[in-house]
Order: sequence, then C-alpha cells, then structure tokens
Amino acid sequence: MLEIEGLNAYYGRAHILHGVGFSMGRGEVLALMGRNGAGKSTTMKAVMGLVPPQAGRVIFEGHTIVGREPFEIARLGIGYVPEERRVFSELSVMENLSVAQRPKREGAPHWTPERLFQLFPNLGRMRDRPGGAMSGGEQQMLTIARTLMGNPKLVLLDEPSEGLAPVIVEEMAKTILALKSEGLSVLISEQNLHFAGSVADRATIIEKGLIRFTGTMDELKADEAVRAQYLSV
Amino acid sequence: MTPVLEVRNLGKSFGGVRAVDDVSFSVEAGKLLALIGPNGAGKTTCFNMLNGQLPSDRGEVIFDGRTITGLKPREVWRLGVGRTFQITATFASMSVRENVQMALISHAGETWTLFGRAKDRHVAEADALLKQVGMLDQAERACGVLAYGDLKRVELAVAIANKPKLLLMDEPTAGMAPRERIALMALTAEIARERGIAVLFTEHDMDVVFAHSDAILVLDRGKLIAKGRAEEVRNDPAVRAVYLGSGATSGGH
Amino acid sequence: MIDLIFAQTLNGLASASSLFLVACGLSIIFGVTRIVNFAHGSFYMLGAYLAFTLVTRFGPADVFGFWGGVLVAALIVAALGAIVEIVILRRIYQAPELFQLLATFGLVLMVQDIALGIWGPEDKLGPRAPGFKSFVVLMGSRFPTYELFLIVVGPIMLGLLWFLFQKTRWGTLVRAATQDREMVGALGVNQRLLFTSVFAFGAGLAALGGALQLPREAVNLHMDLSMISEAFVVVVVGGLGSVTGAYLAAVLIGIIHAFGILVFPKITLVLVFLVMAVVLVIKPYGLMGERPVGSAHAHGPVEPLLLPASFNIKLIGLAALAVLLLAPFVVADHWLLTLTELSIFALFAASLHFMMGPGGMASFGHAAYFGLGAYGAALAVKWLGMPMLPALAFAPFLAGIAGFVFGWFCVRLSGVYLAMLTLAFAQIAWATAFQWVDVTGGDNGILGIWPAPWASSKLVYYYLALAICVAAILALRVVIFAPFGYALRAGRDSPLRAEAIGLPVMRIQWIAFIIAAFAAGIAGALFAFFKGSVFPTYMAIPRSVDGLLMVLLGGVQTVSGPIVGAFAFMGLQEQLVKATMYWRFVLGASIVLLVILFPRGLVGTALAFAERRREAEPAPPVTAAPELAR
Repeated sequence: MLEIEGLNAYYGRAHILHGVGFSMGRGEVLALMGRNGAGKSTTMKAVMGLVPPQAGRVIFEGHTIVGREPFEIARLGIGYVPEERRVFSELSVMENLSVAQRPKREGAPHWTPERLFQLFPNLGRMRDRPGGAMSGGEQQMLTIARTLMGNPKLVLLDEPSEGLAPVIVEEMAKTILALKSEGLSVLISEQNLHFAGSVADRATIIEKGLIRFTGTMDELKADEAVRAQYLSV
Repeated sequence: MTPVLEVRNLGKSFGGVRAVDDVSFSVEAGKLLALIGPNGAGKTTCFNMLNGQLPSDRGEVIFDGRTITGLKPREVWRLGVGRTFQITATFASMSVRENVQMALISHAGETWTLFGRAKDRHVAEADALLKQVGMLDQAERACGVLAYGDLKRVELAVAIANKPKLLLMDEPTAGMAPRERIALMALTAEIARERGIAVLFTEHDMDVVFAHSDAILVLDRGKLIAKGRAEEVRNDPAVRAVYLGSGATSGGH
Repeated sequence: MIDLIFAQTLNGLASASSLFLVACGLSIIFGVTRIVNFAHGSFYMLGAYLAFTLVTRFGPADVFGFWGGVLVAALIVAALGAIVEIVILRRIYQAPELFQLLATFGLVLMVQDIALGIWGPEDKLGPRAPGFKSFVVLMGSRFPTYELFLIVVGPIMLGLLWFLFQKTRWGTLVRAATQDREMVGALGVNQRLLFTSVFAFGAGLAALGGALQLPREAVNLHMDLSMISEAFVVVVVGGLGSVTGAYLAAVLIGIIHAFGILVFPKITLVLVFLVMAVVLVIKPYGLMGERPVGSAHAHGPVEPLLLPASFNIKLIGLAALAVLLLAPFVVADHWLLTLTELSIFALFAASLHFMMGPGGMASFGHAAYFGLGAYGAALAVKWLGMPMLPALAFAPFLAGIAGFVFGWFCVRLSGVYLAMLTLAFAQIAWATAFQWVDVTGGDNGILGIWPAPWASSKLVYYYLALAICVAAILALRVVIFAPFGYALRAGRDSPLRAEAIGLPVMRIQWIAFIIAAFAAGIAGALFAFFKGSVFPTYMAIPRSVDGLLMVLLGGVQTVSGPIVGAFAFMGLQEQLVKATMYWRFVLGASIVLLVILFPRGLVGTALAFAERRREAEPAPPVTAAPELAR
C-alpha cells in the first residue's frame, strides 16, 4: 500500500536522505530502525510532506504523494504521530480529538471518541483536561488517539517508546497490536529492539540516509552482524 | 564520609497536587545515583528544586555542608553544581571549543569584559576538557551541525567546566542509540570517579540504569517508593507494578 | 466631580471598542500566522475611508445606507486582507519573522500612498449615525447616544468572539493552529484556507473598528500608525492571543486616555506608559497572557558560526574606508552631504544590529534612541548653551539613560513581546517630544543647532562624522567578539544553558540594550548638528523601520551586513524621493519584493550563494550521523 523509491530530502542545508526506498503491505507493522540522526524521522516527515522531498517517489494506494500538501496527504488516509507528541496543550482532550476528525473512510476502521476511550480508558476519564496538564504517557496516548480520529489506513508512529516508563512502553506495544488487529498498517520508527521485536512483522534499517537492511524481525534477531553494525546493540 | 548532596523532606505542590512529597536522600562524591519513576512522578520537579529553578514548598537541600534552598540557579552553579538538560542546550552559533570557553569565562568571572577576544581565552583548559570527552578533533565545528550523541558529550564538557562537586543530569541518554547510551554513561562514571563528582541522573533506559548506577531511587506520584542497589530495586514488587512492568519491552529487566 | 469622572469613564469605554476590535484582530492573526501585522493599522484606516465613501454614496441619513456602508466597508477590507494573504504573505511564511514584519510595513507605505491618491490629503469628516444623533443627559452631563452605542458594541463583540472561538469548529481549529499550525495541517486540516480566513477575519475586524469611528472623528492619513502603536500597547498589556485580555486592556487604555486628558493634558501617553509598566512588572506576559510555549526561534535558519572577519573581508573594509576618506577629493560637493548622512546611518544600523543580532532582541523602536541623541544635542545647545563637542558628548547619555529605563522593562520579555514594547516606548518618546512644546518646541522642533565654526564646512563635518562613526562601529565590533559579546550570544542561543553556566542573561541583555541605545544616541547627535535642527519625526515609527530595513537588508547574521544595508537602503530611498511623488508606494512595493526574493538579506543571500557554489563541487555528503562511541 506504501511504496517509497529513491527518496532524497534535505533538512535545512543538510542532505539527510540519500535515496531511501522500501515498501509496506496492508495490515503490516514495519519497524524503521536506526540510530539517532540516521534519517528515521525525516523519512516520516518526507512521506507526510512536512519536509518536502527533493527527489524520489512515494506512492500510497496508487496515488503519487510527493509534492502534495500535508493536509492532502492526511486526507488520503495517512496518519502521523510525531515524536514530540505535539498535543494542543491549551485544548481539552475532546477538542484535541475534534481537530483531527475526518469523515468515515472506505477500507479503514472508523473511530469515534467513544471507541477510542475503550482503547485508551485513561483518556476517557479526563475528557475536559487540557492537553498541557497531562503526563508524558497520557500525552502519548492522546496524540495517537488524535491521529486515529482521521480514520487513517496507515499510521506513522515516530519513536513511540521514547522517554516513557517501561510499564507505559508495554501498554504502547499492546495498543499497536490492537491497531494491527483492526487492519491498520503501522510504520514505527524505533531504536529499542526489544520494543520493535514485540510489535513489528518486519524491520528495515536506515543508516546515513540509506536503507541497509530489510527483512523479517526474526531475520534481524538472527543477524548479529547487522545489529552490531547499524543498531549498535 | 559526608555526602555531597543531602536532601531532607523536600516537598512541592502544584494546585493542591503533591508533585514531590517528603523526599529525602543523599549522594556521595564519585557515586552515581539514578532517579527513576513513571512519567509525571516528579523527577524533573525534584531536579528543578535542587538547582534552584523552582522554589520548594518544604524541606531542605544541603550541598557541601551548606543549605542551598532558595538560591538562584546561577548561585547554585557558582557553588559547584553542574547540570545537563533532557533536550540538549548548547550555543548553536559557537564552535564546540567556544561553548566550553564560554563556561570557563563565566567561571573565571570575566563575563563583563568588553575588550579582547573571547576566542583566545582558556584555550588549553577548554581543549583538555574536550579531550576528556573525546571531542577535541571536532573542536572547530559549529554545535548546530553536530550529531546528537556528540552534542551530549559537549554538554558534559560544559557541565564539568566549573569543576563541580555535583552533576545533575536530566535524562542524559534520551534519544541516543543503545550502545552510545552505555558509552556516555561509562564516560560519565569515569569522570565522576576521577574527579570525585557526585552524579544524580534521571533515566528511562534500564540497561543504563542497572549498568551504571551505584544506587537507585524510585519515585512514584511524588513519593519515594524504593531506594537501594540494582537487584533490590529490580526485585521490588511495588517498583515492578508502577514502573518496570514485565520487562518484555525493556530487555528483560 | 463625580459626574466628571462618570462622563470620562463613559468616554473611555466608548473609545475602547474600536481599539479592542483592532487589537483583537492583530492578536488573532499573530496567533495563527505568527506574523506581526504592521499593516493592521492600514486596514483600520482603509475601513474608515471606505466607510466614508460608501456611506456618502448610499445615503448617510438612511439607516441602511449608513450601517450598510459600514458593513460593506468591513467586508471589502476583509476581502483585501484575503488577497494580501494569498498574494504576499503566503510566499513568506517560511521567512524569518522580522522579514515578514518588514513586508507588512511595505504594505503600510503602499496603502498610505493609495489612500493619498484616492482620498487626497484633507481630513474627511463623516456623517453622524442615523438613530444615534441625539444626546442623553446622564448625571448632569450631555452624552451622545452614539458613544453609548459604542460602549455596548465592545462587550457584544467580546461575547460573539468568545462563542466563535470556544464553540465552533473554526474557532477550535484556530486555537489549535495558534499552538502548532504544522501539526494541524498534518491532521488533515486545510491550512491555507484556515490562514486566509483568519487573516481576512482579522482585517475585517480592524476595518469595522475604523468604520465605527466615522461619526466620532475625522478620517485622516495618520490613523494607521497611531492606531497600530496603540494596538500594540493593548496587545502587550492584555496578553498576546487573549481576546478577553485585549478587551480589558482596551478598556484600561481607553479610560486612562480619557482621564489623562483631564489631569495631564500634555502627557497622556506617559500615563499610558506608566500603567503599561506597572502591568508588565506584575504580569510580564500581560493581564491574561501566559509565557509563550516553545522557543522564540521557532523557525528561520539555524544561527551560523559567527567568525571574525576573514583577511579578504578586512581588505574590502579597508578599501571601502579608503574610498570614503578619498571621496571628497573626487566627488562633487553635494555628495559629501549624502556620504555624511550615510555614515551616520551606518552607525545607527550597527547599533540596532548590536542588540538584534548578537542580542537577539529585535527593536521596533530604535529611532527613540537616535532621536533622544538628537534632542540631547539640541537641548544641550539651546538650554545649556553648550558648544558642539560637549553637546556631542552629552547627547548619547540621554539616549543611554532612556535605554537604561526602557531596557529594564524590555529585557523581561522576549521575541515579539519585546519588539512591541520597544515600539510602545518609542511612541512615548515621540509623543513627549511632540507634546512637551515648552521644552522641545513640539512639532516645530528646535532649530539652529549648527556645528562649531571650525567644523562648519561640509568637508570638515564629513570627516568628523566619519571618524566618530567608524570609531563607534569598530568599538561595537570589538565588544561583539569580546567575552561580553559571547555571553550576549550565549543568552540568545540558549537562555537555559546560559543561566546554567552562571550567566545572568537578563542583566547582560540590559547592558547590551544600553550600549545599543548609547551608540544610536551618538548617531542622533551627529545627525542633529548635520541637519541643524531636530524634529519629533526623528523618533517616529518610519525611522525605526528604516533601521530595521537596513539591518535586515544587509543580513542580521553578519556583523558587516548592516553597514552594507544602510548604504543600500539610504541610496534607494534618496533616488526614489527624487523620482516620484508616490515614492512611499514604490518603496513599499520594493520592500515587499525584496522580502519575497531575498528572504535572508543581501549579505546573507550572497553568503548562501557562495556556499552553495562551494557545495556544488563534489564533497562528502553532510549528514547528521554520529560516529560510534569510541
């Protein structure tokens, strides 16, 4: 459903992506792995149109999306959850959700606040609380819930486990598996191999703006040389 | 041996919620003490009270034999408390060396000098510090273009420029690759031992915490719920329930 | 007495309504687009002029004619706002904040000449509103019913706006975009449409404010800048982004004005300043405002390394200086005047750059210190009987003292707040010079400030000015590369880290503010003796913007940029004034074009161009990949 080929992107004047390419199938969880600064976040931002790619092709369900505005890409059914969470701190939980609300989409699970509160019971108990008054873990749940309100088919999750307590990280893993069981495709960027291993079907490794490895999670776990070289574990 | 830092019954409330509630602990020279706990447990609040960024409601902070409660961050720094931040904070328009020189200039009380090039001051001392953190070969580069892990090491050099007795590190390895994390904390531990610096750090990476701390404090909802060596804390059922979980996603800790 | 207080309170409340509408639009536009819209006063003025024309055409006595005219005027200006957003602003959202500000000031200049061309220079007196022509007697004094109507308009609009922002989807989107506009786009909201609609809405509010003033006061060509500076005060006092805060502040300012006229008729603006000062000491981000989240450097390029001049640049500098020294032997006499003026403005630009570049404090009101230097010299000559040299030495201290007082307040704020506050202070300095006729001569200025006999020839005064300006500019450079300059930059790059290594950021910025004011004062004093007279216009907003233009045109990130900018800008302006009566329009249009074409400034663009050429040669790719830990 997502095909990326020869993606090149600059961040300011630094050339970050040097021809990234990989593809994802429907209902798949793919882990985009690599060190800090390897280009994981930039890849996601380039797909989303937040960092305009200079060259390359991104095809989502038959639509070429390079050069489109972020809001158009979102409307095609790609949801983006940024690393820094970026909840609207002065808006309540309900308002945060309402900003992202989009009409029902063919071929994607349909989300309402009530359905999301079943997935994230904590949020249901703080509907009127401003986003800024929530803890880091709660904000992480809110930002995912908010993105789901757009009824995406594909969700880009940038470093979902970063800066979270181990118990919350476990909860996050369960959430991702729940989304997968709804039929959603999920691309996560991750440095934590334990976490990626517990949710992803396949992994692709990016290093210095190039893809260096693509394979199933089991293949990655078996390949000590690749892990040592690119993930420094 | 008297501790470098002693915290007694520290407390802080925000709108009736006790963010930090009756917390006491101490750190000794050359030791690394880890402060862990769920998000929103009060770790950062605690840190901000230690270096004077936030006033405390209750309790006392004793550093090097004197009470520092109520002092400003600048004054706390002058007494010998260094700090690094969760998100790296360096001077982007200066080179790596100039970042360290800036700290040395401030430490030497030369901030108000209006003449003479800042670039020519404390060069040898700055280079010695950069050598210690392994950044000497990048001394001329701008901080704005450095890789994240390197920035963290520059921060470390800046933080120890005033020869602190205590170093406060807020999530020092956040955003780094696993092996870089271990390497940075190994470096920190080495410097701490060599210079007799007491280190207090918060961290979410259990590999780092269990490998590089002499003792661990666990904070939950503002209260200290456990305190001790790695094995004691790891096997504490209360800590497992509120923080560590089953260990499935954190490498079996 | 009671009835007088009552009457003045009502007066204040009535004038607050328009102010509220304008300030509120300014605040909303800034919130979403992050653009400080200098042209907001122009929308207000256009609203008033258009309403005048439309009401006159539709029939001023007719209820529909009048109110229809007012509403249609607001709608037309809203549509104009949308066009401005689509044609100009949309192209510069990625440019640094100050460049956007300059573009909007370019618009101010264009609108001034358009209004002059269409409506002419005479004031236009509007008709009274049908249905509100009479008086009511309240507590013994006669009170126009239209004033009462305006008093009611304020709270009603406040209620409507509250409902709009809290209870409608559009309002929720606006509030969300105010916090993180990029994220709103990534969530599927059509950002362009949102920005255009917000800008049009804000422009419409300003125009409505202007149109409603029609029965109260004559429409004139100075409404724009006087309103924008008051609106800045309201926004700073009320808290940026707060509609309720804007209303409270507008009422406060309106009432102070009304009472100020009773108590201190000559220095009403000083009263406004005092109140603003008190509010900001207690609540630095305004009555209802909060500390802005995120850093002031939200966008714009990363600061490059600041390096001392390379050998080549030094050579160019020396060559330029040699040209300036030898010029009198080559060029015609009248060119000396131009060169003297250019030297003075190069120092003015360098002093502004000192606080804007290394200090990170943008000033919209730097002309205040230039003007105070000029007035310092003039007052020293006129009231103290000083000769030229002592007067030149005395004058900068007046500017420095103003920097000492104003700076104390300004450094407590950052970013746009700081800039708006500097503008407000400059307006106070201007108003003092304008209103305190006994001392400053008011609008007539102070004449007869001539150099000492030995320096009265064009040639000698040129060399004198050149020597002082070059020395002062070099001194500023030395400070920039000295420990103090580094500490100043440290505070700009990362206040958090600077405080953590023991640097008292606020105090450092305060000292820098005073130094910059002092240096501008030197330039001002030289200018006074150069022109032989001083006028309040030396401190007016356009002169402050001239300074900003010079610095930004040259490039704020380089130390020599402002000097290049000063020469480029003054040259351009001089040619335009000679060429056309509508030079403001042409200048404004050039500014807008320059911002669209060179978002980094002249020197910055040249540097970037040079760097790109270097990068085009095969070189290892610059990536942010870390090496493994050793």
